[in-house]
Amino acid sequence: MVDIIDVLLTHGPALIIAVPLFGAFLTPLISRLNDKARNIFVIAVMGLTEFIVLLLAYDIFTTNGVHTYTFGSKQPLLTLPSGYLVPVRIIFEIDGLSIFMGIIAVTLALVASIYSWSFMRKEDGLDKYYTLLLLLTTGMLGMVSTGDMFNFFVFLEITSIASAALVAFRVNKGESQEAAFKYIVLSSIGALFVLFAVAILYGQYDALNIATLANRIRYTFLDKVALVLLVASLGMKAGIVPMHMWLPDAYGEAPASVTIAIVAATQASLYALIRMCFTLYGGITSVATIGWILIILAMASIFIGVTMALLQSDFKRMIAYAAVAEIGYMVLGIGVGLALLFSRTPYSVKAIQGGIFHIINDALDVGLLFLVAGAVFYATKERLLDRLGGLARNMRYSTIFFIIGALAVAGMPPMNGFASKLLIYESTYQVSPILAVVAILASILLLAVMVKIFHSAFMGPPLVKAADVPKTMLIAMAILAALIIFFGLFPNIVVENMVKPAADALINQATYISQVLGGV
Amino acid sequence: MFTLETGSGFWNPIIWIGVIFIALLIAYVIRGFGRRDYKRDTEQTKPFLSGNVEPDKELVHLRAKNLYWGFKETLKGYYEILRKIHNGMVSDYVLWFVIIMCILFIVMGVL
Repeated sequence: MVDIIDVLLTHGPALIIAVPLFGAFLTPLISRLNDKARNIFVIAVMGLTEFIVLLLAYDIFTTNGVHTYTFGSKQPLLTLPSGYLVPVRIIFEIDGLSIFMGIIAVTLALVASIYSWSFMRKEDGLDKYYTLLLLLTTGMLGMVSTGDMFNFFVFLEITSIASAALVAFRVNKGESQEAAFKYIVLSSIGALFVLFAVAILYGQYDALNIATLANRIRYTFLDKVALVLLVASLGMKAGIVPMHMWLPDAYGEAPASVTIAIVAATQASLYALIRMCFTLYGGITSVATIGWILIILAMASIFIGVTMALLQSDFKRMIAYAAVAEIGYMVLGIGVGLALLFSRTPYSVKAIQGGIFHIINDALDVGLLFLVAGAVFYATKERLLDRLGGLARNMRYSTIFFIIGALAVAGMPPMNGFASKLLIYESTYQVSPILAVVAILASILLLAVMVKIFHSAFMGPPLVKAADVPKTMLIAMAILAALIIFFGLFPNIVVENMVKPAADALINQATYISQVLGGV
Repeated sequence: MFTLETGSGFWNPIIWIGVIFIALLIAYVIRGFGRRDYKRDTEQTKPFLSGNVEPDKELVHLRAKNLYWGFKETLKGYYEILRKIHNGMVSDYVLWFVIIMCILFIVMGVL
């Protein structure tokens, strides 16, 4: 047993990519047997990937170390073979932040696959749907695990293409095709600029490994160009205002099970933005300027996201705009931390912790709300709030899940969203009290958005016929709701055991470089 | 174990739940001091709607588009600008990306 765990830990970084990728290629074959076997297989593959990710997470969080894996090498743990000055192979570098994001990605993907069992049952082409879902999971896990810039671009493209195809899955709907078209256009443009930045860095330093680049970077004129290209492209992929406009379209038109997977993909792009700023350019003081820009864009995201949400009457688009505001809170925490990175004040660390904690909270809260929106659509075939009413009478469990998700997104105590927002408010207050006040007011507006949905869809007389959704959909929602309540009641356990190691991995750039390159 | 240090203060959900429970208990006790001549489901419990008859609750539902009307009306100018920005044109989406990239180039001293 110990041997198996050792093998899983050693080859874990490769397995978390290999398992869903292999599963993706097998899915169409198993789909030929029968639908039930395919669904069980996909959930099993996701479950196995989750198990390996959690095993790696336990090891990384308890040792505060970095797991490296060199592909194609006889000794995968050796990043620098004798005689080599720089890593020449593709290396996966999984530290506290990488595995933190990996947990989010694979958990949402697992929940999406459970939810899909009933939610997508009546759709055609489900072999392709599940294959794409597994490919999307592979892409996300690759994005957060790789330590190679070009390899990151490859995984970014895998994620974008799989996401766009899944957004367009309901081929009979014109809106889905339009949303997917917008998504793929913007993703391709963003990815091309990322590739341009990678080429600039490679041209200067003859290296693609992030740790090597971080060690060599001199912040030349071209490095500045590469930094701007990376921040703008990944900011757009992360849905930061005013580059967010693809997000309500994609989130709104995709099936709910796809939407929560794309939430994780968006967060993987945010991870990449954070990684580039803190690890690749972390040793350069000018990167603090990016922190201030992120603070401004975060405030715009929060305010525009929440006010636009208030205007909507489509259930999913409302939550999508609320998700834009939530992205703003994450970026605000990270921006404050980045702006004050070199001052090393206690609240700069707290800001980063708040931002990172909010990433996982947002994934759970917004994810749950999208699943409830999907459940409402499944039961009523309606998305417009004006045509809904009285659902609480017949969809009791879904109503309870909505209340949990809504309170969490609005940052109401004792939910998880409150704990992470409190960390962000307090640290932002140190930078500017006005910013903190606006952020708090926007959170109150988020509550107003949730009240609007609750009143329109769940209260009042029943305007549409509805019955609660099948068990697998309820189980998927229950998993997220249970995690929200646990994270809300025991925030310190989550912060101490998961968020702090992730934040420390981000802040300590020198440790990352030395653990990957062995003290080069 | 339950207390999260936030830098300037702390957050303990268990204490918060305890405080809320005590507050609800106090509210319940205060409610006990209410009027004793209150009679449920009688004329005295009906709302006064300027002499109009109260419509059946099953027939009344405030639709989503009517909610926060005052808020939206007050911010009409702001929402007009937002509507123009969110026009659904993918070329305009790309334009915003280019604008932000240009701003970043200027701020970071590239241009």
